[in-house]
Amino acid sequence: MVKTCFELFLSFLKIGAFSFGGGYAAMPLIQSQVIDRYGWLSTKDFTDLVTISQMTPGPIAVNAASFVGNLVAGIPGAISATLGVILPSCIFVTLLAYLYNRYRNLTIMQGILGFLRPTVVALIFVAGLDILLPAIFTAGGTDVRVVIYFAAALAALRKFKIGPIQVMVACGAAELAVQTILKFVP
Amino acid sequence: MEDHNTDMSKLPRNRRAVLKQLFFATLYLSAFTFGGGYVIVTLLKRKFVDELHWIDEKEMLDLVAIAQSSPGAIAVNGSIVVGYKLAGIPGVVVSVLGAILPPFVILTAISFFYDAFKRSFVVQAMLRGMNAGVAAVIISVVFDMGMGVVKSRDGLLIAVMIAAFALNYFLRVNVIWIILMTAALGAFVTIARGRREKGKEAE
Repeated sequence: MVKTCFELFLSFLKIGAFSFGGGYAAMPLIQSQVIDRYGWLSTKDFTDLVTISQMTPGPIAVNAASFVGNLVAGIPGAISATLGVILPSCIFVTLLAYLYNRYRNLTIMQGILGFLRPTVVALIFVAGLDILLPAIFTAGGTDVRVVIYFAAALAALRKFKIGPIQVMVACGAAELAVQTILKFVP
Repeated sequence: MEDHNTDMSKLPRNRRAVLKQLFFATLYLSAFTFGGGYVIVTLLKRKFVDELHWIDEKEMLDLVAIAQSSPGAIAVNGSIVVGYKLAGIPGVVVSVLGAILPPFVILTAISFFYDAFKRSFVVQAMLRGMNAGVAAVIISVVFDMGMGVVKSRDGLLIAVMIAAFALNYFLRVNVIWIILMTAALGAFVTIARGRREKGKEAE
């Protein structure tokens, strides 16, 4: 138990320390730690976590820490993981604020950040593919419905500028309707 | 940050009142803000700059730049800079607690019911459809961010983007190594460009 909490703390410490750029930037790191490294979540659980994170307030990294920590080691696990994920922020931001106050210069940090942006885009893209492709190509063959929802959702987001939460709920409602019909109409 | 020439006269002398305000502001914003850290940072500005006048506008911009330049969630980083500015380390502790408490409680409750969730026909069907939607949301965000990089017309940045994709997707190189390598390259290029500009000034 103590060992698991310590692993959770360390793992989320890495996630907190290396996710630059906000938003989805933490997603590839969470994926590599939580699925690939420790096997705490399956790909399906991770996809559910990302989906749930979209529907609830709070940063995805903090959401993931609470969720994974709880599943793996209960409340102590959730507290360890959450402390781990915020500790790098607390140290780094305070240090940077102090240095900035002293030297009034963020050029190097902002230069590094400018370089990290394209990398972060690429990594988020890979994480997105890792969510999309297993959902389409399941063990039972190609899932055409997922392809249709994905295409419709992309069109709704980009062409009709509908909000992400509405789009996701619509996809969920569509699948629920289809499955209900398939269940009762043989 | 105390010695910055800011109009801090509106900041109450009573430190407990400041901490209380910080805690409830970050708690409230964190509980009701959907749509990412940038939204929270904007709301923090509205609260502490426009409404309370505890921080001046120019300094807030610098604080936001610090929050964005640091690793971690922008919402948490934004709470830290505001907390540090207004009340030092105790301010950091109080505002971070406020920021993480709502997601902690909500996700703990959800994880508690997750096993039952997974057995529920309705939740399963909803989640399956929504997973396709979330993939579309992510790909759409990637498209916008990627176009931003392409439009910069900076060949080096575009090459970095392609290389990072290939290393991660095809070679499955660890995400942390890719980030460290990019950061090192960024530091190197920034310092080199800075030197070159200084050299030009000297001429």
